[in-house]
Amino acid sequence: MSETANIAAPVRLSDAAIRRRMLAEFWFYFSQNRGAVVGLAVFALLVLVAVFAPLLAPHDPTAQYRDALLVPPAWQEGGREGFLLGTDAVGRDILSRLVFGAQYSLFIGIVVVSIALVGGIVIGLLAGFFGGWVDTVIMRVMDVILAFPSLLLALVLVAVLGPGLTNAMIAIAIVYQPHFARLTRAAVMSEMKREYVTAARVAGAGNLRLMFRTILPNCLAPLIVQATLSFSSAVLDSAALGFLGMGAQPPAPEWGTMLAEAREFILRAWWVVTLPGLAILVSVLAINLMGDGLRDALDPKLKRS
Amino acid sequence: MVRFILSKLLYLVPTFLGITIIAFSFVRILPGDPVLLMAGERGVTPERHAELSAQLGYDKPVVMQYFDFLGRLMQGDFGSSLVTKKPVLAEFLTLFPATVELGLCAIIIATLIGVPVGVLAAIRRGSWFDQVSMTAALVGFSMPIFWWGLLLIILFSGILGWTPVSGRISLLYFFPNVTGFMLIDSILSGQKGAFGSALSHLILPSIVLATIPLAVIARQTRSAMLEVMGEDYVRTARAKGMPPFRVIGIHALRNAMIPVVTTIGLQIGVLMAGAILTETIFSWPGIGKWMIDSISRRDYPVVQSGLLLIAALVMVVNLIVDLTYGLINPRIRVK
Amino acid sequence: MKQFLVFASALALSAAMAEAKTFVYCSEASPEGFDPAPYTAGGTFDASAHPIYNRLTEFKKGTTEVEPGLAESWEVSEDGTEYTFHLRKGVKWHSNEKFTPTRDFNADDVIFSYERQGKADNPWHQYIAGITYEYYTAMDMPNLVKSIEKIDDYTVKFTLNQPEAPFLANIAMPFASIVSKEYADALDAAGTREDLNNMPVGTGPFKFVAYQKDAVIRYQKNPDYWGTAPLIDDLVFAITPDAAVRLQKLKAGECHLMPYPAPADIEAIKADPNLKLDEQAGLNVGYLAYNTTMAPFDNPAVRKALNMAINKQAIVDAVFQGHAEPAKNPIPPTMWSYNDAIQDDPYDPEAAKKMLEEAGVTDLSMKIWAMPVQRPYMPNARRTAELMQEDLSKVGVSVEIVSYEWGEYLQKSMEAGRDGAVILGWTGDNGDPDNFLSVLLSCDSAKEGGANRAFWCNEDFSKLLKDAKVTADPAVRTKLYEDAQVIFKEQAPWFTIAHSTQYVPMSNKVSGFVMSPLGDFTFETVDIAE
Repeated sequence: MSETANIAAPVRLSDAAIRRRMLAEFWFYFSQNRGAVVGLAVFALLVLVAVFAPLLAPHDPTAQYRDALLVPPAWQEGGREGFLLGTDAVGRDILSRLVFGAQYSLFIGIVVVSIALVGGIVIGLLAGFFGGWVDTVIMRVMDVILAFPSLLLALVLVAVLGPGLTNAMIAIAIVYQPHFARLTRAAVMSEMKREYVTAARVAGAGNLRLMFRTILPNCLAPLIVQATLSFSSAVLDSAALGFLGMGAQPPAPEWGTMLAEAREFILRAWWVVTLPGLAILVSVLAINLMGDGLRDALDPKLKRS
Repeated sequence: MVRFILSKLLYLVPTFLGITIIAFSFVRILPGDPVLLMAGERGVTPERHAELSAQLGYDKPVVMQYFDFLGRLMQGDFGSSLVTKKPVLAEFLTLFPATVELGLCAIIIATLIGVPVGVLAAIRRGSWFDQVSMTAALVGFSMPIFWWGLLLIILFSGILGWTPVSGRISLLYFFPNVTGFMLIDSILSGQKGAFGSALSHLILPSIVLATIPLAVIARQTRSAMLEVMGEDYVRTARAKGMPPFRVIGIHALRNAMIPVVTTIGLQIGVLMAGAILTETIFSWPGIGKWMIDSISRRDYPVVQSGLLLIAALVMVVNLIVDLTYGLINPRIRVK
Repeated sequence: MKQFLVFASALALSAAMAEAKTFVYCSEASPEGFDPAPYTAGGTFDASAHPIYNRLTEFKKGTTEVEPGLAESWEVSEDGTEYTFHLRKGVKWHSNEKFTPTRDFNADDVIFSYERQGKADNPWHQYIAGITYEYYTAMDMPNLVKSIEKIDDYTVKFTLNQPEAPFLANIAMPFASIVSKEYADALDAAGTREDLNNMPVGTGPFKFVAYQKDAVIRYQKNPDYWGTAPLIDDLVFAITPDAAVRLQKLKAGECHLMPYPAPADIEAIKADPNLKLDEQAGLNVGYLAYNTTMAPFDNPAVRKALNMAINKQAIVDAVFQGHAEPAKNPIPPTMWSYNDAIQDDPYDPEAAKKMLEEAGVTDLSMKIWAMPVQRPYMPNARRTAELMQEDLSKVGVSVEIVSYEWGEYLQKSMEAGRDGAVILGWTGDNGDPDNFLSVLLSCDSAKEGGANRAFWCNEDFSKLLKDAKVTADPAVRTKLYEDAQVIFKEQAPWFTIAHSTQYVPMSNKVSGFVMSPLGDFTFETVDIAE
């Protein structure tokens, strides 16, 4: 947690004591929001599950038990103890698949947000810092990307690149990146007028130093909020792509892909359909709760309301 | 005002050109040769392959193909489907009403529920209603709607048997396609029960599609209301002893609605993305499903022009939202 | 249950509807169009060629044999190059709101139907921009047909460039459906030529009424049908691409019959007292084709050994979930001339290992190509390849599985010098053995543009096929094809995998449905009990 808070400290101060106080203040506002704390706890749990998946999962997520097809969860009639949440159509343990699926979701979220964030920041900085025709061209391209419904664009991109997890992540990152670029640009433009920037410039700071050391740290708050939002959307959209057969490919235990495979059993085996979707919902909800808390804690304007 | 509109329109031209380039180039680098797919297991001789490619215009240099494409667009020619051989525009127009009907119903549901819930949550800030409804909104906002749709099918079609599984209307009803909107056409047909049947087919898909916009609208309304209620004039009105109902009705609500209207308008992109999933789950014959099918069939012209038409549509709706915003809020225009 | 009540009450409400017998078919795919000539999908033919149109010859229901259609009888010249067809008289064309026929079907219609496909200068050749006549070309009609002459209004003579025994089966195929010349002329005059594809007029058992894209197609019984009139009044196709949804609709009584159930649902359908299930071996074959031009696969003994190392039954069980017949011949058992006397190679890894050693093959590593798509003859190529990989590793052969995008797969698998064995299959067009053997295994098709993916060219085998092709006598042809299958088995250019079973679930109320070995769905003989 302390990491997030470090980045989040809105003003760069040399005095460690003040920094600690900022941190305390952030945590105070964040913990005011009960939902955010719950979200954080669930998210932490999710991370633990993902990290220790090989230890937690009772079975290999792709192992097929030929004698145990569509076994219901253990507490239901016909269920078996060895398969706590039942098995799917080819006899794979659902619990193990869900546990390993957490790895996929977190991995997707992290990769997508990192690519989109880095790409968006660089592009936004360039546009905001240089202005003029660079800005016009860049922002026009961003407009074009934003004109397409994101899922549709990601779908076509994946069709171009070929279905698969890597390509799905790239496609989603490309689609998300303009949001970061726009935010960064807007923040940079307003920061550029501030005195400390002029001061740094007068003191002889180079362009790169100005962009990355002086201005960027002061634009971070909205970017962090956007990043959590994108994290949850990335989990949702990659699951949607998986559901449409364009994301992670079977037998990967990705939650959306699991749902796609389970579709034909909706009326016969509720557990193969219900559980992966529930996993998606819970993780996305946890991240969104956290995002709300972050926004409250970082955005002084909303803090007061 | 005219200048404002004109400048907005002018701004769209390069964006639109950018969209044509993206739509064109994406599709041109899609792997998979449509001629080979047409031939299937049987195979195709090199001569025949060349002949068919030429007939489809795929033998020219890519840049030439792009300008051909652009030139035909100017004449309103969006190309023809490789599969059905029919004009893409005609196919789009036959399927479009189904998507619009679904989308409109969804946005109506989302607005009719979302706005009052948001207002009430803001007024009763901190009450159990506020907490429950905002939690529900966050759940809705986090919902994987393709899963949500399946759950509703299991419950309402499978277990309860209240709603049909898929389609737009029971096959028993057959009437001419006048407006393309099944609800309206079923009334016009005068056939008994037709409207009810159309409605029962529409209800689940539109609930599914409404879920995320509903959550967004409720949250947005609540925060807009809270903000407005903190403003000086509202506080003044309250201090003057104006009944709370009037304060909220006249002052707060009207001003809070400005950002909410924008939010509603901007949901169109969300709706289009949602329509792809919703239509797939409910076998709804609209353009979302059409795009998915065309992508998997490598029907180049359909993917290309479909992308273009959808993006143009989103753009136009956003423009209208922009203009409306300018109308309600004159401050914007001055900038 | 409630849904059924709603359905029933709606039925009672629309009195006019209740009187008419409406048969609902939950079809799988939207038709590409309603002119059968330019398209290739089976779903399109079920919606166009079969209900709406007729051909000069027809397949006898439930068989691959040819019987008279719009041609009552025909004569074939001694040298087998001239076919004279005597046309049926008094066959009425359908009418629609824009067109009322003034004359019966005649020779002009036949000539128009063929020439628009075969002659590039025919004004109707490109009546929709960019259309091609894939089946006409694929069945080699452009090279085969020399001329088509009208002798009189009810006699037409086809002259061929060389004798071709499967010709009568070819012209019973959907692409050879007869369309109305008079209707075409009327559309020409009205300037709405594309209506030939949108508002079809035919001679078949059902009249086209309306099509709502991707949703519903409606037909009406043709009261003037020249054959036995249909027993139902209205035919409705409810387009439902998802197999699970189709089954749900069938169970809910929203449709009477559906194609292609998901294999996982077969047992449940069998157990449902309201449903019944027809089944038949499909007119298809799935195979693994070696590259017989590359060492060591150019050695028949090596191919045979590999064939013996793969457990065929395990593939049928795991991939087809038992819904298929293990294949020993390249043609399916429902086809005439199937040689049932042939013994399949036994599954015997020990013997296989020994045979490989005898052939001097050690440390063999090979590639197996797995198709990226599902086809009727192969539900999951990847899984099949994995099973083969496991089996072959037991005899010391290491296998790498490769795959490509479907279009690329089809092309690359036909490139000379291809590395590896290819999983692929075939679904028959016209029920003639030539349509399997010549297309897939003859010397002529072992080159680019063909479909012989084993690149297998056996002179004796090809000679038998050529002889059979120019022989009119079915008994002689049968013998030739049976001999060809013996050579095939000895030489083993393929590992024949399976013929997948076709299932048709339907409501108990349905009677008279006949499964077609060609995989067609036709409804002129069905009836529904109230």
